[in-house]
Amino acid sequence: MDLVESYREELRFARKPLGRALLVLGLLALAALPWWGHRSWLAWGSMVWLYAIGVIGQNLLIGYAGQVSFGQAGFLAIGAYTFGHLRIAGAPFPLALLVAGIAAGAAGWLVGFPSLRLKGPYLAIATLGFGTAVYQVFANVEALSGGRAGLPIAQLRPPGGMDRDVYVYLLYFALFLLFTAVAYNLVSSWVGRTFVALRDSDIAAEAMGVNLTRAKLLAFAISSFYTGVHGALMAQYLGHLEPQAFNVQESLNFFVAVIVGGVASVEGSVFGAAFAILVPALFGDFRWAVPVLFGAAILVVMIFEPLGLAGAWLKTRLYFRMWPFR
Amino acid sequence: MGNFLQYTLTGLAAGSLYALVALGLVLIYRSARVLNFAHGDMATFGTFVAFSLATSGRPLWISLPLALLAGAVVAVVFYFAALVPAQRKGATQLGQVILTLGLALIFQGFTVYQWGAEPTSFPFPLSDTKVWKVGPVYVSELAIGTLAAAALASLLLFLLTQKTRLGLAMRATSENLQAAQTLGIPTRQVLAFAWGAAAALGVVAGIFLAPVLMLDPFFMLDPMFKGLAAAVLGGLNSLPGAVVGGLVLGVVESLAGGYLAMEFKSSLAFVLIVAVLLVRPEGLLGKEFQERV
Repeated sequence: MDLVESYREELRFARKPLGRALLVLGLLALAALPWWGHRSWLAWGSMVWLYAIGVIGQNLLIGYAGQVSFGQAGFLAIGAYTFGHLRIAGAPFPLALLVAGIAAGAAGWLVGFPSLRLKGPYLAIATLGFGTAVYQVFANVEALSGGRAGLPIAQLRPPGGMDRDVYVYLLYFALFLLFTAVAYNLVSSWVGRTFVALRDSDIAAEAMGVNLTRAKLLAFAISSFYTGVHGALMAQYLGHLEPQAFNVQESLNFFVAVIVGGVASVEGSVFGAAFAILVPALFGDFRWAVPVLFGAAILVVMIFEPLGLAGAWLKTRLYFRMWPFR
Repeated sequence: MGNFLQYTLTGLAAGSLYALVALGLVLIYRSARVLNFAHGDMATFGTFVAFSLATSGRPLWISLPLALLAGAVVAVVFYFAALVPAQRKGATQLGQVILTLGLALIFQGFTVYQWGAEPTSFPFPLSDTKVWKVGPVYVSELAIGTLAAAALASLLLFLLTQKTRLGLAMRATSENLQAAQTLGIPTRQVLAFAWGAAAALGVVAGIFLAPVLMLDPFFMLDPMFKGLAAAVLGGLNSLPGAVVGGLVLGVVESLAGGYLAMEFKSSLAFVLIVAVLLVRPEGLLGKEFQERV
């Protein structure tokens, strides 16, 4: 679109004053949602923000580094249960969140090792195996899953008599902004560039001096760190953990969110997360219709806009930049 | 020793079903490089069609072929209505995989709407409680039927791909699409046929699985992932690999469940697959097409 002349320009979120103003206005409007929106929107909003963190993580792995993983639910479970057990042991929220992310990241680093030899669908199956194994461990080892009753997690206590839903919404929104900003910085730094090089041609990337081992392991570690944080936030939000929430279907949902939102695009991940949360929410009255509409939406998006919602967003912006000329 | 033989036999029967699912997946992956996530749900749909026809009093020899046909028609329609337009728009391979995922969701919703989410039992002439004792092992009627059906389907598929003109066209298309097109092979029809045949294979697997598991809209989810794992184990573009992978997976799972831990039998099977893939990254019999830099 634009000619980027310096590293600082590459890191900018918006290039023109108008764009910057709109961006700030939009973010302020979202931050002020508790004061102008309906109360039930807060719950969906919090869900979208926490889901977006996981989808960004998955997009870093699938979209940027080109490593297909069907084991995201495993990282999600590791993050959620680490967080849950730490909270029960009395750890404060930020510490538990960080450790949950690190635990999932470490698991991701280990799962990354098969990726050094496997590609495409073969890697997908290896990661699917990881997801299944984690699920079966949590479903069968009662010491980890808390048995039949599940694992209860204490609610957050908002400071200064604030409404809890508002507090949770604002906290999750702030965390979402933090992780999104980090992701933008990652993808426009050398880390993101090694990921893209690795995706486009691993042999060529290696010839250009990219350390493939390090790049692949890093991609898995970062992505699963994000997913672990998502799991922890989800655990906190639901206040209750059961292994059933972490089956294969959950990994596939991530996948759908990434593709529908737009591969290799951070803002696309956010759109994808909103799609994956809000479409079922909007049609929640017709239970059988949810998968049909979800599936039909996927077909429509994929056939008419292969780049996903991020592609549609880009085209809209381009249209209005030239308006009324075209 | 008797236990070992019994576990192996049970594993072979389960593995032959995995092989049937894997054959369908491989057939599509070979021709279109697309992992078909709707495979399980198309099979569920076909099985429910068979269920409806069978319970409304039609004889089995009419309802089974009709169910296979229903599955095949749906797959061909999907190919022309969704996959071809998406390819024209330049969808990536990942995008095409997601399309099949969308199709899977549509099927799931439709099946729940049409037949309800309650598990029902499938009326099937072969029973799994009628057993014979052969030497030290027990063999159920259903296990024999399953093995025979899988063997027959593999044989037919082998004859189709190796001995007929259509099979030659299919192999040419999977080898190099553009070259096949240039040589006058109607690749689109060939691919559509591959989709139809794969869906029919899936329905066969579904019909033989339904008496073992209860019939509900999600009963193919687990077998479908097992079939996928079997296909990968054998090598995703090798049809014999799918059969070998399915049987190996079934036997290993059954032995692991019998001797080690029942709850972890699928995890143990996946551990084996990852171990095999680390030694042979393209599966036991697979040979991926090499890419050039």
